[in-house]
Amino acid sequence: MNIHDQVRSNKRKTWFILSFFIILIGMLGYVLGLIYGLPYGGFIIATFFAMFYAVIMYSQGDKLVLATTGAKEATKKEYPHLFHTVEGLALAAGIPKPKCYVIDDTALNAFATGTKPEKASITVTTGLLKKLNRQELEGVVAHEMSHIKNYDIRVMLLTAVLVGITILLSDFILRSFLWGRGGRERNNQMVLILIVVGLVLAILAPLIGELIKLAVSRRREFLADADGALLTRYPEGLASALEKISKDPDPLVDKANKATAHLFISTPFRKKKGIVTGLFATHPPISERIDKLRAM
Amino acid sequence: MLWWIWVLIILAVVVLGIIILYNSLIRLKNQVENSWAQIDVQLKRRFDLIPNLIETVKGYAKHEKELLTDITKARTAFMKAESVGDKAKAENMLEGTLKSLFAVSENYPQLKANENFLQLQEELSGTENKIAYARQHYNDMVMEFNTKIQAFPNNVFANMLGFKDKEMFETTEEEKKNVKVKF
Repeated sequence: MNIHDQVRSNKRKTWFILSFFIILIGMLGYVLGLIYGLPYGGFIIATFFAMFYAVIMYSQGDKLVLATTGAKEATKKEYPHLFHTVEGLALAAGIPKPKCYVIDDTALNAFATGTKPEKASITVTTGLLKKLNRQELEGVVAHEMSHIKNYDIRVMLLTAVLVGITILLSDFILRSFLWGRGGRERNNQMVLILIVVGLVLAILAPLIGELIKLAVSRRREFLADADGALLTRYPEGLASALEKISKDPDPLVDKANKATAHLFISTPFRKKKGIVTGLFATHPPISERIDKLRAM
Repeated sequence: MLWWIWVLIILAVVVLGIIILYNSLIRLKNQVENSWAQIDVQLKRRFDLIPNLIETVKGYAKHEKELLTDITKARTAFMKAESVGDKAKAENMLEGTLKSLFAVSENYPQLKANENFLQLQEELSGTENKIAYARQHYNDMVMEFNTKIQAFPNNVFANMLGFKDKEMFETTEEEKKNVKVKF
């Protein structure tokens, strides 16, 4: 699969995710309307609300992510080294230079966000800048640059936004239902709603998990590793950076949450062992990534 | 009756194919030119940094006059170069002389402690890197372009439409040798 196929597949995936969530949100709106005795009105209101919210979140989402992780825009004067690295790799990838952000934290991590190469940013922690040498930093930045070039960032951001809306709506339905709003006529209809809500939520939870996995799949990380290595022509740089990152005892727990976790180069949570965590892990095991890079 | 319909269809397909080929070649050609412009920007940047560097070094390293003249010479040669090949040659010469300059700067502790020199050094090595990356991207684009116009049956039409192979930005044999510079 070359880069053009990857970009096309990502654009296709974007549409797939978008239509999936529009249907899902419409259904949730219908259920919500049913509770309030206004099924079609609910459907329309929810769809409009969701679209409005999605447009705003999508266009502002990268800023929100940057704000919640505490990233500050880096100046060339303070971080000339980071600037040169990002500029160089943007040249290598043939895309405009993304903005540079820095998180003041001793943990070793990095992520890219945005909607398209012209509107993207790369964030690294100050710990990363301090502990990695030039080749290693180039490897990490190249990995993030590939996420930008492949439009991975768009799929990731959109998924995060839409999952957020769905959770919000399901939560609203549950609350409305529990507090019995409009529940004067607790008749057969309400029983039906109970079943519908139960079903929707039962289907929803694993599906959302599945979708997040689809969007951030391990293959995507491997691909970004490979594309990054192609940019620097030096896989060992990223391999040794990942090694340092995996040995880092201090993940970025306080600055990351579940919504932003999949953006980072390595999972920002403390390492847990077990089949379940492996199944729902947003990132492939680092040792596997290092092995693949070293075999290139 | 039927045969000329077939002829028309085949003709239409061929014409459509040529149009698609032409458009994709134009796109690639523009990408090649744009990536060349990116190298040019970085080369120009380094070009502008050199007088500053020479000014700074002059005061400290009086014994390196010859080296400084070499750098100036390489810079002038680069200014005069027109074709991709000439530019590549001049650029490689310039890179070599700059490397030697940073190598001998080791012998001048005062120079190495100079704030201005350190800044110039970071700036120049950053630019150096960017040139390498821009060059890599340019060569990738050239390869893609050349492969496209050399492959059959594109080569027949590409020739007719006036597309010619682009020149790669090569490094010299000398540059491929590992240079050991300790800072």
